Amino acid sequence: MYFLGIDIGSSSSKVVIIDENKNILARKARNLGTGTNGPEMVIAEALEEAGITEDQIVYTVATGYGRVTHTKADKQITEISCHGKGVAHLIPGARTIIDIGGQDAKVIKLTAQGNVDNFVMNEKCAAGTGRFLEVMARILNCSLDELSDLSMQSTEEVEISNTCTVFAESEVISQLAQGTAREDVAKGADNSITSRVAGLARRIGISPIVVMSGGVAMNESVVRSMEKHIGYDITVAPHPQTVGALGAALFALESFNKK
Amino acid sequence: MEQKEKLSSKQMLNDLMADHYQSALDAKENGELVAWATSIAPQELLTTMDIKVVYPENQAAAIGARKEAQKFIDDSEGRGYSVDLCSYARVNFGYANLKKSESQDIPMPDFIYSCSNICHTVLKWYENLAKELNIPLIIFDLPFNHKYDVQDHAAKYMKAQIEEAIKKLEKITKKEFDHDKFKAVMEQSIKTSQMWKDATMVAKAKPSPLNGFDLFNYMAGIVTNRGTKAGYEVFKRWKEELEEKAAAGLGPWKPGEEEKFRVMWDGIACWPYLGTTYKGLKNNGINMVTSTYPDSWTILYDNGDIEGMAKAYSAIYCNSNLQNGVDRITRIVEEYSLDGIVFHSNRSCKLLDFRQFEQQRQIEEKTGVATVLFDGDQTDPRAFSGEQYNTRIQAFLERLEIKKEERRKG
Repeated sequence: MYFLGIDIGSSSSKVVIIDENKNILARKARNLGTGTNGPEMVIAEALEEAGITEDQIVYTVATGYGRVTHTKADKQITEISCHGKGVAHLIPGARTIIDIGGQDAKVIKLTAQGNVDNFVMNEKCAAGTGRFLEVMARILNCSLDELSDLSMQSTEEVEISNTCTVFAESEVISQLAQGTAREDVAKGADNSITSRVAGLARRIGISPIVVMSGGVAMNESVVRSMEKHIGYDITVAPHPQTVGALGAALFALESFNKK
Repeated sequence: MEQKEKLSSKQMLNDLMADHYQSALDAKENGELVAWATSIAPQELLTTMDIKVVYPENQAAAIGARKEAQKFIDDSEGRGYSVDLCSYARVNFGYANLKKSESQDIPMPDFIYSCSNICHTVLKWYENLAKELNIPLIIFDLPFNHKYDVQDHAAKYMKAQIEEAIKKLEKITKKEFDHDKFKAVMEQSIKTSQMWKDATMVAKAKPSPLNGFDLFNYMAGIVTNRGTKAGYEVFKRWKEELEEKAAAGLGPWKPGEEEKFRVMWDGIACWPYLGTTYKGLKNNGINMVTSTYPDSWTILYDNGDIEGMAKAYSAIYCNSNLQNGVDRITRIVEEYSLDGIVFHSNRSCKLLDFRQFEQQRQIEEKTGVATVLFDGDQTDPRAFSGEQYNTRIQAFLERLEIKKEERRKG
């Protein structure tokens, strides 16, 4: 018996398949989000990796912004609960999760038992989300991975004072026009996003172990910058992009057993 | 037989509101004086002098709910009013200029009657109207209660303003103020307030016979008819209906639709998205049982006691400090057996939003109930995302379920 969790975000789709003993058989991500054929593609790839067929999946849970559009799911659960579930499974003792996705940022507080105790999300605005970094990468003419590398080479911090993604874009363009190094601008972008999300985290209260999940957690410079802002060490969840999908798969197993 | 002929409270409310607006339009037509007032102003003085009064906030809410707000917002922003200004004010400035609405027309005012107990934006909003329209302005300046209770000096200050307002009204109307009639109006206002409160309190029953989004509708009645017998009769009928439902064990919705969780709504409704905000809760079995509204229009004092009346107007939730607000909501959570609170972070309402995060934190700590906060606006349709709302509400539901499970396990 196999269980599938799918996390359909605004800019990517992620799938995890597990068996009844919670062994992970497949873990796949694609940078195509809701409204594309990304979800179908990534399911096919995950099934292939697991070496199983679709009819062997006995229960599917969908999460993420596109969860309601995935008609094949037996159940939909929010990304808040799924990230909580996934992190609690991977890192027992985790109490705070910082998850930065494509169009939202959230901070989740877990109980000692690993249940969601509370959460906060960003306001109706792209400040402090992955989209902000995507825009910065575009202006600096680099990929998201290169953005992290650039930032690590920064020698002088520049401040990007606008948290608004649109205003920050013009601010960065004028910085570059004045001759500011790309590396320093990249670092400034990290600081802008992490100071914003650290504010959210403080609102809910931070306690260790602090874990980062979501695609942005793969960006090492953002993680370092976040540590500086919140004053705690951060453990990056293994395969951070697929933590929500893993949580969904774990919920699929639980829901099936409850049936 | 008699039972069958009785109008439902909903029908009575519709009639009450239709009459409220029509009689004001007729009065204007007949050359009588019309006032524009803020929603929790001492209407007793106007009612005593038989002055027709309409409430721009109430009209703005109706315009918002009927999805007509953008037109008026565009007009006022086009004339230089900032997008950061309260959207009720922007709708009202737009209406004062365009003077025509598909949703609900109101007559233009002959004077302004504004009370700052609900917020401080109204001071300048209404002063601005008076200046633009070149009409008299009566303002009640009620200082914010930075201390827990209304201080005596604040009540005395307000009392003096009431006395001054009476003189101004005599001058505007060229009529003498009838103090005996004033007492009769006060008596009716107290009775109507109390009946409003009593009706809304029936929601304490489990399941609640009241779907709190109905509360938003009946609120139009208490805003506009707090001083009238007709208002009293609507709330009396409403209370009877709710009590009948409660006695029969009926919940807020159709039979079979179970009230799984009971929550409170903090802040003004998100009028342009009533359907989305309502369904997001109802489809998950979450009933909004009450809000801070019932108490806001429960203006109680001893008949004839002007200083007591001043205190009652000053003591409302919006004009009270953080600790007072936290205690009030904590009491509501306990008295209404709530499972959670939905906080509307309303872009328009600086006064309520300013303390909302801290209030949310303290209430969670004191009561242990789950809370959720979403971004929106009372009338500006551009400041709300349905998808974000639904995700937050669903995550809130998942927390409510965990807490329920934990309680069940002890």
